[in-house]
Amino acid sequence: MTNGWVDIKNTDVMLIMGGNPAENHPCGFKWVVEAKKVRNAKLIVVDPRFQRTASQADHFCQIRAGSDIAFLGGLMNYAIQNNRYAKEYVINYTNAALIVKKGFKLPEDGYFSGFDAAGSKYDVSSWNYEEGGNVTGTAAAAIAAGDGPATAETAAQASSGNAAAKTAGPHGAEGQGLQGMGPASAKGISGGAAAPSLPPNTAYDLSLEHPRCVFQLMKKHFSRYTPDMVSSITGIPVDKLNKAWDMYTIIRDKGDTKKVGTIIYSVGWTQHTFGSQIIRTAAMTQLLLGNVGRAGGGVNALRGHSNIQGATDLAGVFDILPGYLKVPTPADTDFATYLKRITPTPSKPKEWDSFNYWSNTPKFAVSLLKALYGDAAKKENDWAFHYLPKIDRKYSWVEQWDAMYAGKIKGLICFGMNGVAIGPNSEKNIDALKKAEWLVVCDIYPEETSSFWESPGITDDEKKQIKTEVYRLPGAGFAEKDGTFVNSARWLQWKWAAVPTPGDSKLDQEILSRIYLAVRALYQKEGGKFPDALLNATWAYTNPNNPSLTEVAKEINGKALADLHDEKQTPSDWKAGQQLPGFAWLKDDGTTSSGNWLYCGSWPDAGSNTQRRDPADPSGLGIHPNWGWSWPMNRRVMYNRASCNLEGKPWDPSRKQVWFNEATGKWAGNDVPDFKPDSNPKDHMGPFIMNPEGVARFFVPLAGMADGPFPEHYEPVESPLVNPLHPKQTNSPVVKRYKSDMDKYGTSDKFPYPCTTYRLTEHYHYWTKNNPMNMQLVPEPFVEISEELAKKLSITGGDRLKVSTARSGTKDGKEYGVYYARAMVTKRIKPLKLAGKDDPVYPVGIPIHWAYRGIGDGRPEDRRNGANVLSPTVIDPNAYTPEFKGFLVNIEKA
Amino acid sequence: MSNGNLEIRAISGHTGGTPGGGEYRQPDGSTHAGASRDYDVCKLIDTTTCIGCKACEVACVEWNGYEFRETTFDNTYQTMPETAWNFWNLIKFNEHQRADGTIQWLMRKDQCMHCEEPGCLIACPADGAIVQYTNGIVDFNQANCIGCQYCVTGCPFNIPKFNEATKKVYKCTLCSDRVGAGLEPACIKSCPTGCLHFGSKEDMKFEAAKRVKQLHDNGHADAGIYNPGDPDERTSADGIKSTSPGSIGGTHVIYVLNDAKHPENYGGLPPAPSVPFFVKMWKGPLKWLGGIGLVAGVFGVFMHYIRFGPKEVDKVEEVKR
Repeated sequence: MTNGWVDIKNTDVMLIMGGNPAENHPCGFKWVVEAKKVRNAKLIVVDPRFQRTASQADHFCQIRAGSDIAFLGGLMNYAIQNNRYAKEYVINYTNAALIVKKGFKLPEDGYFSGFDAAGSKYDVSSWNYEEGGNVTGTAAAAIAAGDGPATAETAAQASSGNAAAKTAGPHGAEGQGLQGMGPASAKGISGGAAAPSLPPNTAYDLSLEHPRCVFQLMKKHFSRYTPDMVSSITGIPVDKLNKAWDMYTIIRDKGDTKKVGTIIYSVGWTQHTFGSQIIRTAAMTQLLLGNVGRAGGGVNALRGHSNIQGATDLAGVFDILPGYLKVPTPADTDFATYLKRITPTPSKPKEWDSFNYWSNTPKFAVSLLKALYGDAAKKENDWAFHYLPKIDRKYSWVEQWDAMYAGKIKGLICFGMNGVAIGPNSEKNIDALKKAEWLVVCDIYPEETSSFWESPGITDDEKKQIKTEVYRLPGAGFAEKDGTFVNSARWLQWKWAAVPTPGDSKLDQEILSRIYLAVRALYQKEGGKFPDALLNATWAYTNPNNPSLTEVAKEINGKALADLHDEKQTPSDWKAGQQLPGFAWLKDDGTTSSGNWLYCGSWPDAGSNTQRRDPADPSGLGIHPNWGWSWPMNRRVMYNRASCNLEGKPWDPSRKQVWFNEATGKWAGNDVPDFKPDSNPKDHMGPFIMNPEGVARFFVPLAGMADGPFPEHYEPVESPLVNPLHPKQTNSPVVKRYKSDMDKYGTSDKFPYPCTTYRLTEHYHYWTKNNPMNMQLVPEPFVEISEELAKKLSITGGDRLKVSTARSGTKDGKEYGVYYARAMVTKRIKPLKLAGKDDPVYPVGIPIHWAYRGIGDGRPEDRRNGANVLSPTVIDPNAYTPEFKGFLVNIEKA
Repeated sequence: MSNGNLEIRAISGHTGGTPGGGEYRQPDGSTHAGASRDYDVCKLIDTTTCIGCKACEVACVEWNGYEFRETTFDNTYQTMPETAWNFWNLIKFNEHQRADGTIQWLMRKDQCMHCEEPGCLIACPADGAIVQYTNGIVDFNQANCIGCQYCVTGCPFNIPKFNEATKKVYKCTLCSDRVGAGLEPACIKSCPTGCLHFGSKEDMKFEAAKRVKQLHDNGHADAGIYNPGDPDERTSADGIKSTSPGSIGGTHVIYVLNDAKHPENYGGLPPAPSVPFFVKMWKGPLKWLGGIGLVAGVFGVFMHYIRFGPKEVDKVEEVKR
């Protein structure tokens, strides 16, 4: 969340979409209720089903799963057409005014400029700003000169004009077209040269009229998202669309800048092949309306586990290091090359200022290496940079299972997750595990992954063929562990163990430490390929076999390794060995260490801020400054400089977060200013300090997004629809389809029902099927279908259904990849009227919580596949998240 | 009953004064009138902010120490069709389609309403099996229950449930054990959205009226309070006046409903609940007539014995109810 849970109470209107907080975050949902009751805030819910959150909505739209970009694109088009956007904010706090290079093309035909059909990827060199300063007032001349964005035709004309370009279709045309764009981009195509970079002095037009300024491009882009078009994609009737868009954008009616709207989402957005782009569309919506940085505003991701935010902050993804530093690649031949690649330089209008906070990357990186390798990290050895693994390919979740299925990965250690139940395409994961040599699972239950060899349909003979050696480790439950949870609001809150671990079970840190120490001892004894990283890792814990998490948390915060002195800070001195009070103290000379720069400040020398429990909230804005601690530096609302106008005064005096104090020349506030403290507003420093532009991005330049600098609606890989925006390119052209014999993708002639998966309040992932109380509340899985589909298929509620996909089949006379559950026939899902379809489309939904281990798992009727046996192996090219939320199934009575 | 500071207002099997005399014994041995909760308590359920999360269901079962019971899928999110002897708190889920085609998913927490004029207590013939405390809580004391189930008949909300094994009837106690110790009921404590409130009846009626006004201001013209038979007409949006025959006189569990004109849409909430006429009669004129009948009956039996002698009883197998 850019904001936080409690902050929701400050809002005037909420758009909840791609998430179901009343169901999955019921405790946090209290703040939605609070906003409704105290501020009369309006709630708009857009979801494939009328679910528990919808039961609280002032307006509900049933959307077809996976058409969210169309809905939001339509919303932005509505806001622009009706002049309901935050002009001062958009001009000054976003890149709306920046001019994009000639040759950039919008995806009217489904492709942005630079598509390389052979590699199924984009050359991004045309996705950049133009160099050149203030061009305000030149728009008329530019239009007269035809100086707009490229089109498919102009791009083709710019190419050599040979027959190949004409017959190759848009792919070839654009690939060729780029050659006309100057030396930098030509080099980009030929490869081998340095990657294109952002210009230091961008061209800009404060009137927002230049045909190639970001605002005009965006306006043109979303002008295609008309109510009729959006309705035909989403299935939402035009009147309901208009009502939703009106309810949300009314906060900027007639130039009002006081009101605020929030967008709240969860994995209903993330888990699509264009999930990152849906979230970007939401961010753009919020920027257009000037809602980011403001109390009651923001882009708010609800995290689905109590500590998934912490897992991400601490490098739970293969391509990031703690604190979102990038993992090195083989091209980073030394530390300087690596730092040059990952440390941005400002790119902005010359007259504006940019804090460019990532310019501190070297300090964060050196401090991390010092935390990891201690004295072994020295200036002479590039701070042990070469101990870090370098990623030569994508090691994402789905890729790893695919590699194991291909026999390339021989073993797997699973902690805190259930790989078979998670899927996607669980049968493929089960078959992958059959090929592995060993599997280690640490859990508190005997779950599906460590029981893959007894999944439904496996015969005793088959079991004998499975050679995988399976180890189960006795893990500890959440109430048995101490440490911090980092919630959706980025708050680090220490929790104390409620009960000791039962029986032989062990804390995670003990299990991991003992594995590490045993492996290290083997390397010490026997040597091996490049043991340096393992042998030199710091492990200075009081009990090396079972480190206290207090020590680990202090290590993550970081400390001074030498006496430090800084005149500009108060206090100005820290002695070697003292805990550091914040990341402003981190150095790139080896005198500081920090396991995660973002957490520096969580455990200063005075003691843990994560253990603070003062509920006081002097401002009444839900800031609670002395309760726990949030990164970065206890800021509760990120980018809160944007809560003020250009002069540094709050847009809404009744919700004062931060402000510029003319007398002191410094920023002050109820919240901690997320800004350079002494930057005078007249210097025009952008509030979005993590971007080299200083401003937020409607247009993401260069390699920021793999699938386009603007979000475009593409269909899920399995979709009932031909994309009405560009029928020749229904899916995102950069989404990869997997090629194994287990990876098949269905079409709507055989699998007519768009299916989405979700969680229920009564259950939690794949755990609670072991708990009687939860099983009492909802005893068994079901498939939600509309009354109309039930009538069509002669199904009554409670009937047993068979759900199948393109991945289902029979092998040796036994079926696989099918899902059985009872029908829940409901009014809460309706058939949809969609583009190009005479007949309605019948969406269905399946909760994910059951599989083949749990209460009653000895009973034949409980030995069932999990819902993710149905989901396809296909991922978002940016975040690598599988498409759990939109795929095609067939349903029949079992 | 060990319910802390609670003071009894009415008790089953009695028509006259109540035992306990309204005196509360202090730790030092002195007594004073009244209890620590000397006002009418009330639970307010704002159904417009209930998300059906069932935390109250779980809290109720756990606080009262009941075991897991197996349930079956029934084409609904509702845990079971109705409350049970060991499951006193049930969210009722109802899908309702309005005339304009839009959907409402109505969720209502069903439990004992703790009526001001409790039909269960009126119907109960057993001495001390049902009590009403001065704070309005209606509580069952299973030690005195004779299993006749007249309370089931007397309840307009289908709440008391019979346990075949113990031959006793059970229902929500409004956590009289917690309230007597100065705590809120377990369901209130567990509610994440704050749709459940607990306090004095006066305060809850005030809160409810405030919320209803907000709903009216936001275009929900049919929103209202469900507190049937309450003498305070502002908060009794039903056809039953407190003076109507069979009126339950208001309840100590009140609802805010989005559509108070159709409470039946909320899982069968009766639009005009009343104590059945014959139950009322049973404790009123019928009781007196019954007394005459009883004397006449005993006289008849005596005359029969004199005339025909003792009856030879056939061996009859006991039939399990």
